[in-house]
Amino acid sequence: MSSEGKGTADNGRRQFLIGIGVVAGGTAAGMALRPWLVGAAEANRPPVDFQPHAFVRIGSDDTITVIIGKSEMGQGVYGSLPMILAEELDVDPTRVQVEIAGVDPAFNHPFLPAQFTGGSMSVMTTYDALRRVGAQARSALLTAAAQQWNVDVITLTTDNGVVRDSRGRRLRYGSLVEAANRLPLPDPTSVTLKDPSTFKYIGKPQRRLDSPIKVTGKATFGIDVVRPGMLTAVIARPPAFGASLRGFDATAAKAISGVVEVKAVPSGVAVIAQHTYAALRGREALVLDWDTSANDALSSDGLRDEWRTLAKRPGLVGKNVGDVNAAFRSAARTIDVEYELPYLAHACMEPLNAVAEVTADGCELWLGTQSQSQDARFVAEALGIEPSKVRIHTMFLGGGFGRRASAVSDFAVEAALVAQAVGKPVKVVWTREDDMRGGYYRPLSFNRVKAAIGADGMPLAIHHTTVSKPVLANTAMGKMAVSKEGLDPSTIEGSADMPYAIPNLRVEVHNTREAVPILWWRSVGHSITGFVTNSVIDELAVLGGKDVYEYRRELLKEKPRHLAVLERAATEANWGQALPAGHFHGIALQESFGSIVAQVAEVSVSEGKVRVHRVTCAVDCGLAVNPSQVVAQMESGILYGLSAALDGEINIEGGRVVEGNFDRYRVLRLVDSPAIDVHIVNSGGPIGGIGEPGTPPIAPAVCNAIFAATGQRIRRLPISKSLKV
Amino acid sequence: MISLNINGVQREVEADADMPLLWALRDILQLTGTKYGCGIAQCGACTVHLDGQPIRSCSIPVSAAVGGRITTIEGIAEGEKLHPVQQAWIELDVVQCGYCQSGQIMSAVALLETNTNPNDADIDAAMNGNICRCGTYPRIRAAIKRAAEIKRGGKSA
Repeated sequence: MSSEGKGTADNGRRQFLIGIGVVAGGTAAGMALRPWLVGAAEANRPPVDFQPHAFVRIGSDDTITVIIGKSEMGQGVYGSLPMILAEELDVDPTRVQVEIAGVDPAFNHPFLPAQFTGGSMSVMTTYDALRRVGAQARSALLTAAAQQWNVDVITLTTDNGVVRDSRGRRLRYGSLVEAANRLPLPDPTSVTLKDPSTFKYIGKPQRRLDSPIKVTGKATFGIDVVRPGMLTAVIARPPAFGASLRGFDATAAKAISGVVEVKAVPSGVAVIAQHTYAALRGREALVLDWDTSANDALSSDGLRDEWRTLAKRPGLVGKNVGDVNAAFRSAARTIDVEYELPYLAHACMEPLNAVAEVTADGCELWLGTQSQSQDARFVAEALGIEPSKVRIHTMFLGGGFGRRASAVSDFAVEAALVAQAVGKPVKVVWTREDDMRGGYYRPLSFNRVKAAIGADGMPLAIHHTTVSKPVLANTAMGKMAVSKEGLDPSTIEGSADMPYAIPNLRVEVHNTREAVPILWWRSVGHSITGFVTNSVIDELAVLGGKDVYEYRRELLKEKPRHLAVLERAATEANWGQALPAGHFHGIALQESFGSIVAQVAEVSVSEGKVRVHRVTCAVDCGLAVNPSQVVAQMESGILYGLSAALDGEINIEGGRVVEGNFDRYRVLRLVDSPAIDVHIVNSGGPIGGIGEPGTPPIAPAVCNAIFAATGQRIRRLPISKSLKV
Repeated sequence: MISLNINGVQREVEADADMPLLWALRDILQLTGTKYGCGIAQCGACTVHLDGQPIRSCSIPVSAAVGGRITTIEGIAEGEKLHPVQQAWIELDVVQCGYCQSGQIMSAVALLETNTNPNDADIDAAMNGNICRCGTYPRIRAAIKRAAEIKRGGKSA
C-alpha cells in the first residue's frame, strides 16, 4: 500500500482532515500522511479542478478524487470502485482520494430512480460507467498535452498520473487541468477503453484502504458522530407489533440527572438527554401504558401451523414447466416434504442509529444508510419540506445486510422527527434490544415440496409451494417488481429459475400479511430457496441411489458455467476421497445476483453438536475486479449464512419478539468458525455481484453433510433446534 | 468528578459512579473507537484493558476503573507506529465493516501480552467473547498468529 503520491501530502489539508476524524491511508507499519477519505462537505478543493463528471475530480495539485455514491458496509466498495476508474485514467488506485457523495441523481442506480447500495450491484452496475468516465478524463488530459507540445495525440502515452511523449517529456495530470477545462469533452459512449488484457490494476488483489482507520478506532460510523450541542436520545418503543400508546408519565424520567426532555414521537416516547446513559436511565423510569391487544394472538408457531394447511392449497403460479401431475402419475418414487425457515434478524454489529439536525434551512442527517435518496424523500415528507432541503452525510456502516436499506427509512425519519421536536442536533441510538425487536426480518417461510424421480433415478418433477410474506411487495420496489396478481419475484428467485434441469417444475406461492415487518436479508429470497432446492436435489439423489455430486453434474450438464463451478468446488475439496474419521461432505450450488457459487462443507456430528470443519467454495462472478475482496465476501457470506443455519431464529409470541440480544439470538463465534478456501473461476462471463451470493449455498451444504453423517434430513432451520442425533 | 487514567493520561469525567465505562469513554471523553454492541457483555465490541486485562466496558461502572490503567484502541500504537496486532490486521485484510474490530484487536493484544505463540485453542478461548457479523474470524485467527510473529521480531509487510 504505497502512499507516495507526489505532491498530495498537503499539510494544511491533512490537518483539516484529522480535525474531522477521517484521517489517512497508510502503510502496514505506520500512518501515512496522505488523506484518503473525505466527506463531500469537507472536500478541500485545490485552486483549479478538472471535473469532467460527477464521479471524478483532478486537482491542479495532482489530487485525484473519486466520488463514491455507494455505502461502505464492509464489502470494500471504497476500494473496488476507485480501482475501476483509476484503471482507465491510468493512475495507481492507492493514490486516489475517495470522497463520499451526498444525495445526487448522478449516483442513482442505472435502471432505478434511486441512490442505494444493495442487491450486490455496486460493481456490476457501475463498472462500465466508471471505466468510461476514467477514459474520458484521460483522453481530455492527453489532448491538452498534445496541444501544449504541439504533437499528434497518438504519439502520447500515460503512466500513473503523467503524460509522456516519445522524446521522454512528461506532464503531470495536475498541470493539464486548466487546459483540459477549456476543451470539449470527448463523448464517453464512444471513448476508447483499454483492452482488458492490458489492465494494470483490475483483476489484481489490492489491500483494503480503510484498514488503517478501522484498526485504530478512527473510522467514523454513524453512532460515532458528534455535532456541536448534540443531545442523545433513546426511544421507548412498542413492546409488541401494532401496539399503541394510551399514555405515559415522564415525571420520574425527567428527574434523572442528564435527561433534558421527553417527547412523544410516532415510534414511541423519546427520552432526550446529555448522553446515552442518562437517556437509558430516563427510559427505564418512564411509566408507559401500551395497548398490545392488536396482535395478542400472533405467534410464529401459530403461523407455521396455519401455513402448513395453506401450503396444501393451490397458490399463485410462479412457474409451470411441463406437467407435474402427469409426471407424478408415471413416477418411480416420490417424496412429499415440508421445509421451514425462521424469521431472522440482520443483527448488524452497529445497532441502528442516526444523527439529525433540523433548522430553518432544512435537515441534515449523519448516518450509515444503504438508501440515501429514499431516506431524503421520506425525511422530507415527515418534516413537510422539499427533498432538496435534506442533506445526507453517509458514514461508515457497521454492517448493513439489507437492514440499513429500510423500506420506510425508519431510523432516519425518526431521528429527524426527534431533532425537530427538540430543536437541537440529536443522535438517536437504538439499543441492541431495540434493534433486534424493532422489526424487519427475513420472512418466516413454510415450503411444501412434492417431488418425483423416474425409474432411472433422475428427477421427473418438482412441485414447490412457498408460504411467506413477500419482500419486494413491502418495499418501494413492489410497484415495479410485483405482478398485478401479487406474484413477488423475490419469493421464487432461485426456485422457479433453479439451474438444475427438472423436466416438470411447478412453483406456487401464498402471500401472507402477518403484522411482523419483514425486509431483504442478505441474498433476499435466495437464502430460502437455496436451502429448499439444494436439499430437495440431495433427497432425490439419495432416493435414486446416486452420488449427490454426480447427480448434480448430470443435472447441470447443459450449463457449462455452473458445471465448472460445481466441479471446481468438488475437486478442490477432494470430493469422494477419504476424510478424517467421522467427517462427511455435503455440497450445494446457487446462482444469485449474477454469480454462481458452489460450496462443499466438511462436517462432523457428535453428541448432538454439528461441527463445520472446512468450507471449500468456488465462485464465478464473471470478472473479479479486486480478487482479494471477492474472497473476503465469500468468507463473509458463508459465515453469515452458517451463523443463521446453525442457530439463527427470531420467534414471535403474543405479538412480541422473544429474542432481544446475543444471549438468546446466538450468532457464530470464532471457535465455531470453519476454515474456508475460496477459488475464483474466471469465466469471462458478465460481471456478477459478490456481497450476497456466498450466503445461499452454505445452509444446504451443511445440512446435506449432516445427512451424510447421520441419515437425518434437516428440514427445519436452525439446525441446532432440529438435530436429533 | 471521577478521575480516570486512560491511555496514560489522567482524565476528569463528570459522570455518576454507576455510569458504564463505555459511555464515559464514548459520550463524555469522545473516545469513540470503543464501540457499543450489546450492553450485556455478550459481543465484545466495547473491549478495553483495565490494568492489562481485557474487560467489557459496557458492564463495568466507571467507579470500578478508578485507580486502574485503562487502555483503549486509541492507546495501543506507539505514536505513529502501529501495534503488531494492528499491523497484522492490515497485512491480512482482516477488516470488513470494521465495527467490531476495536474490540477484537483489544482482545488479541491482551492475549499476546501473556502468550507469545498462541495455538488455535488459545485463540479460541481468548476471542470467544468477541462477535463479528461480517465473518472475519478466519482472518482474525491468521492475523493473531502473524502478529505474534511480528512481535517476536518477524518483519511486517
